[in-house]
Amino acid sequence: MPVGTIAISRRRALLGAGGLLMAAMVPLERSRAATRIVEDQTGPFAPNAFVRVAPDGSITLILPNVEMGQGIYTGEAMLIAEELDVGLDQIQIEAAPPDDAYITKALGTEATGGSTSTIATWTSLREAGAVARTLLVRAAANRWMVDAASCQTEAGMVRHGPSGRTLSYGELAIEAAALPVPAGPVALRDPSTFRLIGHAQHRLDGPAKVAGTATFGIDIRQPDMKVGTVAACPVMGGVLLHVDDSAARKIPGVRDVLTIGNAVCVVGDHFWAARKGLEALAITWDEGVNSTVSTETVYRGLHEALQGPAIVAHTKGDAKGAIAGAATRVEAVYQQPLLAHAPMEPINCTVHVTPERCDIWVGTQVPMRARDAAAEITGLPKDKVFLHNQYIGGGFGRRLEHEYVTQAVQFARQVAYPLKIVWSREEDLALDRYRPAYVDHLVGGLDAHGKLVGLSHRIVGPAVVARWAPEALLPNGVDDDLLAATVETPYAIPARFLDYARREAPGVVTAWWRGVGGTRGVFVIESFIDELAASAKVDPVEFRRRMTGDHSRARAVLDLAAEKAEWGSKLPEGVGRGVALQYVFGSYLATVMEVEVSQMGTVRVRRAVVAVDCGRVVNPDQVVSQIEGGLIFGLSAALFNEVTLEKGRVQEKNFNTYRVLRMNESPAIEVHLIDSTEDPGGIGETGTAAAAAAAANAMAAATGRRYRRLPLTGAQA
Amino acid sequence: MMRLGRRAAGMAVLAGMVLTCVAARAQDADLARRGAYLEQAADCEVCHTKPGGIPFAGGRAFDLPGIGTIYAPNITPDHETGIGRYTDAQFDAAVRRGVAPGWRHLYPVMPYASYARMTEGDVRAIRAYLMTLRPVHAPAPANQVRFPYNIRLAMIGWNLLYRPSGPLADDPGRSAAWNRGRYLVDAAGHCGECHSPRNMLQALSVTKSYAGAPIDGWLAYNISSDVDSGIGAWSDPQLAAYLSTGHADGRGTAVGPMAEVVSHSLRYLTREDIAAMVTYLRSLPARRSDETVGVVSPETLAQAGPNHSNGGRLFAGACAGCHLTDGYGRQVDFAALWGARSLGEIDGRNLVRTMVEGVTLQSAHGAMIMPAFGPEYRNQDLADIANYAIGHFGNRVGHVTAKDVAATRASVPPS
Amino acid sequence: MLTLQVNGAAHQVDVPDDMPLLWVLRDVLGLPGTKFGCGIGECGACTVHVDGKAVRACSLPASLVGDRPVTTIEGLAEDEVATEVTKAWLDIDVVQCGYCQPGQIMAAIALLKGNLHPSDDEIDQAMSGNICRCGTYRRIRAAIRNVAGAV
Repeated sequence: MPVGTIAISRRRALLGAGGLLMAAMVPLERSRAATRIVEDQTGPFAPNAFVRVAPDGSITLILPNVEMGQGIYTGEAMLIAEELDVGLDQIQIEAAPPDDAYITKALGTEATGGSTSTIATWTSLREAGAVARTLLVRAAANRWMVDAASCQTEAGMVRHGPSGRTLSYGELAIEAAALPVPAGPVALRDPSTFRLIGHAQHRLDGPAKVAGTATFGIDIRQPDMKVGTVAACPVMGGVLLHVDDSAARKIPGVRDVLTIGNAVCVVGDHFWAARKGLEALAITWDEGVNSTVSTETVYRGLHEALQGPAIVAHTKGDAKGAIAGAATRVEAVYQQPLLAHAPMEPINCTVHVTPERCDIWVGTQVPMRARDAAAEITGLPKDKVFLHNQYIGGGFGRRLEHEYVTQAVQFARQVAYPLKIVWSREEDLALDRYRPAYVDHLVGGLDAHGKLVGLSHRIVGPAVVARWAPEALLPNGVDDDLLAATVETPYAIPARFLDYARREAPGVVTAWWRGVGGTRGVFVIESFIDELAASAKVDPVEFRRRMTGDHSRARAVLDLAAEKAEWGSKLPEGVGRGVALQYVFGSYLATVMEVEVSQMGTVRVRRAVVAVDCGRVVNPDQVVSQIEGGLIFGLSAALFNEVTLEKGRVQEKNFNTYRVLRMNESPAIEVHLIDSTEDPGGIGETGTAAAAAAAANAMAAATGRRYRRLPLTGAQA
Repeated sequence: MMRLGRRAAGMAVLAGMVLTCVAARAQDADLARRGAYLEQAADCEVCHTKPGGIPFAGGRAFDLPGIGTIYAPNITPDHETGIGRYTDAQFDAAVRRGVAPGWRHLYPVMPYASYARMTEGDVRAIRAYLMTLRPVHAPAPANQVRFPYNIRLAMIGWNLLYRPSGPLADDPGRSAAWNRGRYLVDAAGHCGECHSPRNMLQALSVTKSYAGAPIDGWLAYNISSDVDSGIGAWSDPQLAAYLSTGHADGRGTAVGPMAEVVSHSLRYLTREDIAAMVTYLRSLPARRSDETVGVVSPETLAQAGPNHSNGGRLFAGACAGCHLTDGYGRQVDFAALWGARSLGEIDGRNLVRTMVEGVTLQSAHGAMIMPAFGPEYRNQDLADIANYAIGHFGNRVGHVTAKDVAATRASVPPS
Repeated sequence: MLTLQVNGAAHQVDVPDDMPLLWVLRDVLGLPGTKFGCGIGECGACTVHVDGKAVRACSLPASLVGDRPVTTIEGLAEDEVATEVTKAWLDIDVVQCGYCQPGQIMAAIALLKGNLHPSDDEIDQAMSGNICRCGTYRRIRAAIRNVAGAV
């Protein structure tokens, strides 16, 4: 997530060339990590935390970020393999355990999120591969008593050019392990010689996922394991008063009924017994102070804060003066709802606590936090807590939270057997941690030529970072995730004023959600830019083009998307075309969407054309894949989704009431990549960030009215 | 039953009090056991339980348009709020004559006009069963009834007009099965209370008996023997299957109140009793009504190509996961739509209501559940799905509008 | 005691009558390839074949399966269409998180076995009951089309 440090470092990167990668580099801490891994294994070559070569020839790459669909295992393996000089078919990969060596500095912990992975590992993982290759070459040169410079590597072998002798990495592992790790920087390949990077590679996780053999957290089986399912108090902050489990215990297959402060877990031989048992419980909650919260309460609080005090988050020039003197004043208020993550794999966690150790099998975006929480609950030292990270069946930010691991450990410590806890979909939706609702108020001034002279903007909403990483809240109290897409835009705006009124959402915990500040901000800014263009009576693409100033990369994606989408060509009645331009996660995107709005108000997204400049691309087809999927994810939310509260309870229960875009509702999507040698930007969340604005602008073009409230359609619209 | 068991064990300890007493208790147990079955046939539980509430503890609200709201009372043996202090005679008077202790006249939302045809012995058995339940202290909310209906004594006149004087004698010209069926359908099962239209005074119509009627926003279908609008075209096995499981191939699945009746009552009846009901239902005079159903065979349905309407697309996404488009249920027969009555109604009354609030039908294989789609889908979306389904499965032109859906939403009581 | 025919072998299981096939497969028989997504037949993650037809295992009581053969993602090895489908999936890298994909693949195989050359409309019709939160729909459709060309 672009919490504090990353957002700052991104801005720094914009200001000073190259600053970004230095700021985001993962420290290797070679000696410490190497020691630990050597202890675990019997003498393989492990020059750093990411590469292991065993004498039997097996090459293992330990990947610092977790795979949740974004293709990061493949991308990161490519980075190491490129420099190590091995084929992707010669390696095996492992998820990193919790360890300081795998901390993503930008996120302050070992974490996968905020589209930071490739940005953060672009240099460090190539270095890890290069260090390993350098040592293997030295080992070979020593054995042959030749100059290392006369040796080359290829596909896991070192070859002595003049004599033609070869040794495999495995044959060199023990000798290489005895060599000192180079103290200074090692040379990295010239990008023009890349064999893997920039060339589409098949996903390494593809075969297992297609065969159904990939193990997700929910698939874990341990000897003597039992399965539990949970009901937590449906009102946030409520506690358990009493549970009558007499009926539940009579259900065949039910083994235990466990309680913690705010939840009950029924344990059975299988999920079905546990679920039936849970349904048979008579639970009395003390619902606490949130039992009167409704969706109304949430929105009312946000709208009220449009008046009154706020923290100044950003100023440039005299925006208010410019607006006061402008020929035309444009004003709009936008509202965005609470959103659930609803990954396909419901929340689950398997835990086995013994007096000596605690094992956790779970898919998590924050393994270190999860481990530390388990250590605290069990009283075990951290090095006796073993977290085995699994494939994640959809993260989208949900698994940046680890409260479900905490809950599972609290239950599992009460029993001797390994306990797998699986939440029902209903529990998953009702006890999610939600993307906050926000209200934004914008005022813009246009001069007589229709040029934007000043922009004033107030954001009202929670500061997610204040809970998730309090140290990253800016000293003035601003969550700088909110600056994404609002301050960092692809535009030259002469005068700006942004202030922030923090209002925490009553009755729910708010959290990161795919695209974070980008998803939030692009909808607001790009909707408003469209309104400005309409007021200036300038074509929306042309209006944006004129505003791009020094952002030539922004102009390039805008022009490419417009061209590929045949911007300006005639469309059938009821169909509109909308555009959104963005610079978030270090990548530029322009999205043109075609949306049909029927006379009955039925909305159908027909086509999306996206042009992308995300700097140097590691695995091009996976960039395309992320944009396609990110757009669909964003469209589900933009069109349909709103988490609602009544008496403090979330009303959305399952996919019947939390609607998801389906195949026959999905648009045709074309993604066009711009060749670039700029440093890589993030990509996993960019498509999601683009969706709502492009769709809303297209609907506006189709109907002539503006859409300032999400979701755009759905029962409430 | 648990309570009986414990009580019997206690008796055994007091061996001195001996045989006569034990025999009496055993007799009681037999009576209660018989009563348990009869209670299921008479389906007391479904009305005397509020949604999500304790069975038999009452509290379920009945909204009678133009009259008011009446709450079902607690019929557990609680002394203060239930029937704990009722004698057999008092209980019988309430059930069969609509007069509760203290000469409080009940409203005919309690189907005593049907129960009046039950035998005294059967009603006593039901009381014996209810007395074995755990007493629950649960006062029913006060009824809210408008003038002049709030004058309970007015019911005396009504009763004179419409309450049968007692059980009908068996018709010797008919088979034992027919007579048993009549008892189950007309008396204990009180089918006509929903399926027969009412006159202006809320009494069941005799001339249109079993010709179907609106109830709580649903349409209780015509179950007379009319071939087009009743059950005249149903086969005996179809009728028996529908009654005992809530589903018959080619006839669809029970939803709404009928799903409750199957869940709590009919599925517990013996095969012989179900057969008896079929025999009797077959003999009901044919009554013509507006609703007819066009049965489209799965073979024909399977030939239909993908549908491009909004409703067709939504159906493929949200509905076909269970229902399929060829009319067969995907997982279970309960989801098979072909031939369903609700798809022959061009105003989609039961269909829309079902989509809005979902269905739970209990079966021998667990609860068959259709989730509710009301909260998430636009009125127009649900109307489009309904019209698609009526056209595709019912071979009719659906006339469901967004407004109809909005009205249906409004008629669903808050849970 | 039920006897289920799963992936060509008979299995005796002692489970409640209302227990859905999904949980018998996952928690009793140890076949975790079939996924739990919603439990109400809305997402398709649990799609398996019963008698060759794609069904949602989460909403099918095991006691109603009878002696009809059940095939899960783990039981596709010998099948020609299945081989082509998995190949097509890998050729264009359909998967992202992969959680819904066993269900998608089972649905696709059932479609193709009944209709080897489905139109896009027919693909949409058959596949729209399967949710993918990662949004791999475009590639799923493309992969199914490619199978039609390959077999």
